[in-house]
Amino acid sequence: MSTHPMNPFNHDLAAPDTPLVNVQVNGNWVQVPKGLNVVEVARTVGSFIPHYCYHPKLSISGNCRMCLFEMGTPKMGPDRKPIMGADGKNEIAWMPRPQIGCATQVSEGMGIRTDSPLAKECRNGVMEFLLINHPLDCPICDQAGECKLQEYSNDYGRNYSRFVEDKVKKPKNVDIGERIVLDDERCILCSRCVRFSKEVVHDDVLGFVNRGGQSTLTTHPGKRLDNNYSLNTVDICPVGALTSKDFRFKMRVWFLKETASISTWDGTGCNIIIGSRENTVYRITPRENEAVNSCWMPDEARFEFHEFQREDRFTKPLVKMQNEFLPSDWKDALQQAGLKLKKYSGDQIAMIGSARMTNEELYLLGLLAKELNVALIDVLPRPKEADAFLISNDGNPNSTGARVLGISQDGKQLPLIAEQIGSGQVQALIVFGEDPVACGIPISSLEKLGLYIFAGTVPNASTNQADYILPTAAFGEKRGTMINIFGRLQRLGKAVNPPGQACDDWELLRDLRSASTGGNSIHNYEDVFRSMAAEHAPFAGLSWSKIGDLGIALEWGAAVRGQESVTHSAVLS
Amino acid sequence: MATAQRRIILKNIDVPGYTNDMDCYLKNGGYEVLKKAFGMEQTAIKDEVKKSQLRGRGGAGFSCGLKWSFIDASKVTKPIYLICNADESEPGTFKDRQIIHKDPHQLIEGMVMSCYANNVKLAYIYIRGEMSEGAVILNRALDEARAKNFLGKNILGKGYDLEIYVHRGAGAYICGEETGLIESLEGKRAYPRIKPPYFPAVLGLYMCPTIVNNVETLCNVKHVIEMGGENFAKIGTPNNTGTRILCVSGDVNKPGYYEFECGSITMGELLHEVCGGIKGGRKLKAIIPGGSSSKVLRADQAYKIKQKDADGNMVEKSLTLEDIPMDFDTLAAVGSMAGSGGIIVMDDSRDMVECLANLSEFYAHESCGQCTPCREGVLWMKKILHRVSHGHGRGNEDIDLLQNVADNIAGRTICAFGEAASWPVQSFLEKFRPDFEKRAGESSGLEKKLS
Repeated sequence: MSTHPMNPFNHDLAAPDTPLVNVQVNGNWVQVPKGLNVVEVARTVGSFIPHYCYHPKLSISGNCRMCLFEMGTPKMGPDRKPIMGADGKNEIAWMPRPQIGCATQVSEGMGIRTDSPLAKECRNGVMEFLLINHPLDCPICDQAGECKLQEYSNDYGRNYSRFVEDKVKKPKNVDIGERIVLDDERCILCSRCVRFSKEVVHDDVLGFVNRGGQSTLTTHPGKRLDNNYSLNTVDICPVGALTSKDFRFKMRVWFLKETASISTWDGTGCNIIIGSRENTVYRITPRENEAVNSCWMPDEARFEFHEFQREDRFTKPLVKMQNEFLPSDWKDALQQAGLKLKKYSGDQIAMIGSARMTNEELYLLGLLAKELNVALIDVLPRPKEADAFLISNDGNPNSTGARVLGISQDGKQLPLIAEQIGSGQVQALIVFGEDPVACGIPISSLEKLGLYIFAGTVPNASTNQADYILPTAAFGEKRGTMINIFGRLQRLGKAVNPPGQACDDWELLRDLRSASTGGNSIHNYEDVFRSMAAEHAPFAGLSWSKIGDLGIALEWGAAVRGQESVTHSAVLS
Repeated sequence: MATAQRRIILKNIDVPGYTNDMDCYLKNGGYEVLKKAFGMEQTAIKDEVKKSQLRGRGGAGFSCGLKWSFIDASKVTKPIYLICNADESEPGTFKDRQIIHKDPHQLIEGMVMSCYANNVKLAYIYIRGEMSEGAVILNRALDEARAKNFLGKNILGKGYDLEIYVHRGAGAYICGEETGLIESLEGKRAYPRIKPPYFPAVLGLYMCPTIVNNVETLCNVKHVIEMGGENFAKIGTPNNTGTRILCVSGDVNKPGYYEFECGSITMGELLHEVCGGIKGGRKLKAIIPGGSSSKVLRADQAYKIKQKDADGNMVEKSLTLEDIPMDFDTLAAVGSMAGSGGIIVMDDSRDMVECLANLSEFYAHESCGQCTPCREGVLWMKKILHRVSHGHGRGNEDIDLLQNVADNIAGRTICAFGEAASWPVQSFLEKFRPDFEKRAGESSGLEKKLS
């Protein structure tokens, strides 16, 4: 598997063509890539070695000492050649001093014991040391349920304490950044956050002060942990020292349902996990995908779900009667809208789609446009500034998909649409998710329209002018696929249901199409993808299940990548 | 055995009229050995050091020649650094300070030839923060050496450039650990590095090959070159060559620093004949022979060791504490170490619980806090000992706990501080367990009053 260009280290991934070596793990000989560290080797053969400070994407610190194991080297004869045993493998000379797995790379004939009395004694000892000054405030700690201290103390701890002294007092509830709170008493000084800030984000604001048992994590004087990747430190903190202000005290993590999805915050399409309970999303955390975002994501992208939890979400189809919006039901609203739409010829209709829509939605929108003979169709581009890491220069998550499916003209059609609405040539407008005002169509023009159908989630400057407001599902409330700026096709997962009667966009489009043009060949989501794949070459041969959780690099994507790979090429140059 | 000192390193130190300036050093034959060294091939100097069997005087006693041989200057493309470890902080040790204060040019001369031998162009003297006067003296001596062209560009017309800088620490014991020292020198917290991969000879200062030697070791290099490696190796006993500066403190009448051939004097001779006997005519109780980290030795115990006799056969010997010759190998054989040469003498008026509580307080204060067993365990040991020594012991439970905590630290940490902090605890408990059991069993009643 390829490695992410931004990661300074990838200890978990052996370079291709790495030769294999024979290593004995807990008595069994296995073949593993040479030079892989012992923690990773043990993981691959199913003998997990617990660890706190080790992170495959950060430099090796070796400070927690949890991964101590018993190490052996080939036993050498007087001729300085390994002594071979009856099993044809070399005999092993075991070292009396335990070694740390994270900083030990495997070589031919090495012996590894993770379950020997010595290894167990080391782990149990470290576990006890980590807990003696820990506040043990699990009942009020947000990390509870995903805390490595809890997890390993269950495996390697004792069920009573031998510590009768006073615990060390350290700062609590420290406001170290806009989005993060630090509890120094919970901190086990593993330095993952320090190394992440320094090595991955190059914002070296964290460090330790004081000495020995008084060692304390803090920010550099006058600095705060405010960079746009700060919340990754909360993810990699193995304990409850760093917690997210947005998430803390909101929900116990063991109640969260985890849904694999992608971020729709921008064109990178960071792979994420949506944490939800009983139809409410509580947090978004990164999901490892070396081809996209490795283990990281920007802070801003974690908060997009709040946008869809707004009080003013459209939850019912609304029909305007005598300048007033009246709640309707889907059948009536779509019947009426479809009938009205039929009155206009193709050159009297314009459509504004969105590069925030999924491929499936864009495909159906394209079918509708084709059946209505609509030529004026485009999306609103959202150029923005990229950084040298995971933030792309495209604020839309699916610009590529919109282009591939013929909906996007990169905004070039928008002035023409505005002009023809202004001149009265275009009399009907269908908008999905965007604000026509932001697309350059003034309210005064919108007032001239004979029919304005708006489908979306929340009100905008134009929605008062609409004749029909059709509530749709937002991010996290629907399935679908998008193509990121590198030409990677990825899946969105559905974590919660849309509010009220808001419905999945593809169903709405199907029904609107059926009401206005009679097309009704599509019955379920899989049908959408199937017929899209049949019609559009980039999707040929693919299906929802083939895409998988990590997505697929589309084969024609090379051309797209050449044009669009702003962030990664900046990094690599 | 002779009790006469053999002062090589301390030859001029404390001699009336001997001052620490360049003129005095030159009058006493200073920098002549450097001239000799500059007439030798670099590899020849390294060979002499190897032949001398000189062992490091910082505490670990590692072979100096072997350490130098890890770096092959002909194959290294990066700069090679040499660092003089003058962060003398081990409790009970005060030898390097004497050299720096009273004969700094001896160190500089030894350093320049060591640097020359190892193709080093830039060297540092990392001096303990508290030794501010020593730093001033060293800087003045370096200026004098520069003025005489023993340092700087094209030294003595040899076409060899070398600069030496003095770097003052900020007063942390851990800066004496060589990789912690390197981190500190780089301007970071003195967190010792993990080994592997950060062996100084490979990835040392600024990730370049680096040699770290103690002050006394580098001074010895001068004498190795002066007399030749083979002659140097004749001083002392096999594998324990040269002289050793012994710093005696505690309950003796004449504490101080003395220089002897390695192994030429026994502990008893040192205490009674050199140091004027135990204070107040009291009885010897225990000795810490190589700095506070080394394991304590009990006076009234027989130490069984295996040694080679004259014919090379292994024979078992039984020694009393006072019979032990002061060399690297015998002190290791009786379960302690020669360490930094700091000998702490305790008479029978000493309370072993108080002594250990005091030592533990030092280590808890000086733990850098980087790795778990040391950071948490050493503070825990201090707290247990504080409680026990203040009359709030819980009997044998506390003693067993203390022992187990120490066992869980030693051998599990990033650097040797883990051993340095737990060896005193392990050895005090081994040698004086009844003292601890007695104290831990005595409750002052305070707890009852409080509850």
